[in-house]
Amino acid sequence: MTDALTRLKQHPAALWVGFALIAAALAMLPFIVGMQGQTWVRVVNNALLYVMLALGLNIVVGFAGLLDLGYIAFYAVGAYSYALLASPHFGLHLPFWIILPIGFLVACVFGVLLGAPVLKLRGDYLAIVTLGFGEIIRIFINNLNEPINITNGPQGITLIDPIRIGSLSFSGTNELAGLDFTSPVKYYYLLLALVLVIIFINVRLQDSRIGRAWEAIREDEIAAQAMGINLRNMKLLAFAMGASFGGVAGGMFSAIQGFISPESFGIFESIIVLSMVVLGGMGNIPGVILGAVLLSTFPEALRYMAPLQKATFGREIIDPEAARLLIFGLAMILIMLFRPAGLLPSEVRKRELATERAP
Amino acid sequence: MDIFLQQIVNGVTLGSIYALVALGYTMVYGIIGLINFAHGEVVMIGALTAFSVITGLLGADTGLPVGLVVAIGLVAAIAVCSVLAFSIEKVAYRPLRRASRLAPLITAIGMSIVLQNVAMMIWGRNYLRFPELFGTERYVVGGASITSLQIAIVLLAAGVMALLLVMVHKTRLGTAMRATAQNPEVAGLMGININTAISVAFVVGAALAAVAGLMVMTYYEVAYYHMGFILGLKAFTAAVLGGIGNLAGAMLGGLLLGVIEALGAGYIGDLTFGVLGSHYQDVFAFFVLITVLIFRPSGLLGERVGDRA
Repeated sequence: MTDALTRLKQHPAALWVGFALIAAALAMLPFIVGMQGQTWVRVVNNALLYVMLALGLNIVVGFAGLLDLGYIAFYAVGAYSYALLASPHFGLHLPFWIILPIGFLVACVFGVLLGAPVLKLRGDYLAIVTLGFGEIIRIFINNLNEPINITNGPQGITLIDPIRIGSLSFSGTNELAGLDFTSPVKYYYLLLALVLVIIFINVRLQDSRIGRAWEAIREDEIAAQAMGINLRNMKLLAFAMGASFGGVAGGMFSAIQGFISPESFGIFESIIVLSMVVLGGMGNIPGVILGAVLLSTFPEALRYMAPLQKATFGREIIDPEAARLLIFGLAMILIMLFRPAGLLPSEVRKRELATERAP
Repeated sequence: MDIFLQQIVNGVTLGSIYALVALGYTMVYGIIGLINFAHGEVVMIGALTAFSVITGLLGADTGLPVGLVVAIGLVAAIAVCSVLAFSIEKVAYRPLRRASRLAPLITAIGMSIVLQNVAMMIWGRNYLRFPELFGTERYVVGGASITSLQIAIVLLAAGVMALLLVMVHKTRLGTAMRATAQNPEVAGLMGININTAISVAFVVGAALAAVAGLMVMTYYEVAYYHMGFILGLKAFTAAVLGGIGNLAGAMLGGLLLGVIEALGAGYIGDLTFGVLGSHYQDVFAFFVLITVLIFRPSGLLGERVGDRA
């Protein structure tokens, strides 16, 4: 894989042709899968949302080595920020360009709020505190409908505005050059653009001073500190960056669904995003993207299992919903046992996980 | 005053259940330094096994006395949980004992998901109502009412914990476990079979979890496939509160957490002038956890903070 890349880099023309092919494929994707029905475009959009989440979590877990099990809280914060500012619930209908930065900032603040008290904790303690933090956020969202109705409690918020840029609304269908741009197709392009921006930021971050500082912290905190890295700032930055990408993804989720409730932000969502990062390869951007795409489209394939089972056995033996989580769990165990660095491991991780822990 | 006393009674009952589960976490953490995320699920499997055995025997009209049926259910639950925990350790944790710390933690989370979903396939998604088996007597002490069930739970928990302490401090096996917890390499050099000691810690923890599972189910008269998760999290909080790795700490932490939760749920309305209600009960455990970890990561009775915190 890496060899192929280095060889490619020696032939810039081949590299550009490769990029052009990928770009063309991505541009045509919604129309190709759209031929099977708009549901499939929604599946692709869902996968893109998970790619955003997984890349955000990868900053915290993969780059900085801080195991965060409450990541979905930031997704929830972003989603609710959007929903509250663009729905009849408060009667506010702010435009997308204002809400997106607000969601980004609010999630960022929550990231720092979580990060600040847990700076001194490491490894498994950190995991459990972040898990508790995620649950606290969910419990509050679930219960903040009285005495003042802020989140509308378990009923959630409905009729959230679709995104509107200028005169272009993302809800209806537009026709352009003989092609039908349906609502999911338009969201696909918006999501793709956001994902590309996030990938770009991630790649640049990884090779920057900050990225190297995170890597140093992940490898050895004390040595990193001795080298003059400001642990507090760097860790807070990791939490804030990770959280803000989660927040943006949450805002998009709100807009696309038009309805959100606390149910979408349970602990298992956090774990699913974590298993995407782990499966793909912690700290490796292409790996994380692969993990997110695989695990988010896989349950759709499982949906075909139900009729298949009925046809073969006469009844449904395995409930697809249960099977979905079961397979996530099994994947986490098997990956850790047999391929601990993930499907596409990062070079550093591979080295790190191969060496035995000092007694 | 009577509300205060009543919440203390409820808190101690719940707390002794937390303590039993917390012991399982603390033993495993003390020996191999792993948060066994799947432990809450072991409690759930114990409860559901006991549910199936007890309701099955009662439904089959065997004519056995109720007490014996419950005892059989308990033994069955203990057996199933012990085998389960033994296999979990062997399959998911042992191969990773020398891997990075993150690896076994992630398999533990994976194991927890697998167990929940397997339980959901076996027992279904619904809440299973556990029948009230014993006629409960109510005693009124100083304005608080205590049921015979609560007394039974606290006494049984105390008995089991006493047994555990005797085992850990008076037997050869217990000495081996303590030695392994202190330093596995040196313990191995002294002729202790570390693998056995670790397996025993898992199995004993699972047996306690099975007892706790039966208690929770009888107390709330309900069992369901995801009952173990929050319970496990709270029990872990209790273990951290008392000082993880410390048996007495887990017991103290469990009781304290139960009481804090009960008092918190009882008084939160008054404290916040009606803004927050008792449905915030679950938040307390997490606030306690975060506060303890920030201000006293070694817990109330823990000695070493070290690099692990």
